[in-house]
Amino acid sequence: MSETVMDRAASATPTKVARRIKGLSDRTIAWIFVAPTVFLLLAVNIFPLIWTIRLSFTNFRANRPNGEVEWIGLRNYQRILTDSDVWLTMQATAHFLFWTIFFQVILGFALAWLINRKFKGNDLWTTIIVFPMMLSPAVVGNFWTFLYQPQIGLFNYVVAFFTGADPASFSMIGEVALAPWAIVIVDTWMWTPFVMLICLAGLRSIPDTIYEAAECDRASKWRQFWTITVPMVLPFLMLAVLFRGIENFKMFDLVVQLTGGGPGNTTTLTSIDLKREAFEKWRTGFSSAYAIILFVTVFGLASIYVKALNKVKER
Amino acid sequence: MRDFVNGILRLRRGPWEMVASGLIALGVVMLMQPFVLWAFTYSFIITLTGTVMFIVVSHFPE
Repeated sequence: MSETVMDRAASATPTKVARRIKGLSDRTIAWIFVAPTVFLLLAVNIFPLIWTIRLSFTNFRANRPNGEVEWIGLRNYQRILTDSDVWLTMQATAHFLFWTIFFQVILGFALAWLINRKFKGNDLWTTIIVFPMMLSPAVVGNFWTFLYQPQIGLFNYVVAFFTGADPASFSMIGEVALAPWAIVIVDTWMWTPFVMLICLAGLRSIPDTIYEAAECDRASKWRQFWTITVPMVLPFLMLAVLFRGIENFKMFDLVVQLTGGGPGNTTTLTSIDLKREAFEKWRTGFSSAYAIILFVTVFGLASIYVKALNKVKER
Repeated sequence: MRDFVNGILRLRRGPWEMVASGLIALGVVMLMQPFVLWAFTYSFIITLTGTVMFIVVSHFPE
């Protein structure tokens, strides 16, 4: 009879170890295997979270580790939630979130719909469209600063070509009115392919038989689109929106590289403001409370995301 | 609507999760709206209530 993997593992186990684990139940052995991961999770995720919650109720400053730490209760939360500057960064984040998701959904769905049609070079076009998503946000931020340069930037020349305006007459990242749109354009350019891929998965999951049945019933293409395509892709689209929503709520690197939060505070998103409070002003207690507020918001959105994901699984 | 109210009264997961999701969404909207400061002030407590409620009600029976 041939030897099984289990037999080989058993014979390879040193006698000393074999003797020691002989009396242990399967459950105990399973716990022994899982324990290092659980320990790492507790040390790297759970402990810092609990510590941050504790710090959020104090006036601790990380640049004065020996200073007296005072328990100030909910004062940090009160300060943040009545601070008009924090409110402004939330509004900048809302502007960024709303418009990036809006454009990414429209363009992502349109691209997926076009790519889903069978034509020559389909795969090549998919690869070309997906290319921006593969780049590092720091790299994207860096080269878009060159594209946005008023004197030498390609973006200004393209706008000038279509509008007839002088390319040097406007600066996308230097003007208060244009800078919020500059970061929206770059994020849309980078992440539309991601939404497209999710929509493409949704479009390809629709069986052809449904369209054939609709053709038999003489349903127009317009009606097929609104009664078959859109409802069946909607859960996928919803997932894409939640994915991008959560990611863009935490957006940091791309915007820092592109505008640094300026001009003024017009593109200072919450994560940039949080980093400034924590590591430039060294208000550790205050920034801990700020981080907890953002964490609860993202956690809440993630809960809705999990619910939506379960609904998609049920289909 | 009647099913929803029945589900709420009989502590069923679906409608309660819907209420919790609604609270979270309301909290996020209040946090980011540009109109009134008091809505921003109370946004966190609403999001927190919704999130904690979501964790609790996700253990309710179907």
